[in-house]
Amino acid sequence: MIVRISTEGQYEISDSDTAELNELDNEAVASCESSDEAHFHEVFARLLAMVRTKGTPVADDELVGSDIILPPPDVSLEEAKSEFQGEGLIPG
Amino acid sequence: MQQQVVKLDTQARQALAAGQEDLARTALERKNVLQTDLQGLDTQIAQLEQQQEQMTASEQKLRTKIEQFRSKKEVIKAQYSAAEAQVRISEAATGVGEEMADVGLAMQRALDKTEDMKARADAVGELEASGTFEDLTALGSGDDDIDRQLKQLSSTSEVDADLAKMKAELGTGSAPKGELGSGGGESAAPADAAGAGEQAGSTEGQI
Repeated sequence: MIVRISTEGQYEISDSDTAELNELDNEAVASCESSDEAHFHEVFARLLAMVRTKGTPVADDELVGSDIILPPPDVSLEEAKSEFQGEGLIPG
Repeated sequence: MQQQVVKLDTQARQALAAGQEDLARTALERKNVLQTDLQGLDTQIAQLEQQQEQMTASEQKLRTKIEQFRSKKEVIKAQYSAAEAQVRISEAATGVGEEMADVGLAMQRALDKTEDMKARADAVGELEASGTFEDLTALGSGDDDIDRQLKQLSSTSEVDADLAKMKAELGTGSAPKGELGSGGGESAAPADAAGAGEQAGSTEGQI
């Protein structure tokens, strides 16, 4: 699965790691719904760290569309609310 | 601003030498506020420089992707049937399009941030010029009362330390004079200065 962190770049995440990504995605949705800013930033930081450490950066000369586009690292809770709602960025 | 800091420091020294400790304290307090502002500006400059580096890196990446797209398109056209080539090229175009949109977003965010900083600086400048603020330290970045009080405390102790240092410097400078005069070598510099003034005044009076 190709994941893009907006303003940063694309990463390839293996299928075995998508479950963890989905969990963090759902947690981010929950924190957005309760408008818990501190919790959201903490979860979102973990989500980004997970993509950066477990994902493999997509080479600059590779041309692929992303399956998921995450908001930029400096996103505010208000901006994130439109992304992290319902099922989140990853269905399920 | 840096010049202003030096000027305020000199003024504080002069005020202290003239025995006007309150005036010296005010000058030092202002100097302290300016120094805090300067630190804030340094942080902002560092942030902007970092942003600039990021933008340069994204520009390079986008350039590589576009070049790659050009050559890939030619390869695909030569290798596949027209219909399949169209599908593959449009896939590659999605990749490039997404990258472009992302660079656009990064630029927009960088611009917004810079505009925010500029608007804030302009507003503070205008209010400062119109003398709206009695206490510039109250202009924290979203600080609450406790933050402000803590800052005030550290600022006060810095001012006290500065003042004490200045007194010590001036004290050593005028010590021999004090010893020759009244012999009150231990008294603080302002008292010495004031004493000297009185003496001069009384001498004049006698003449």
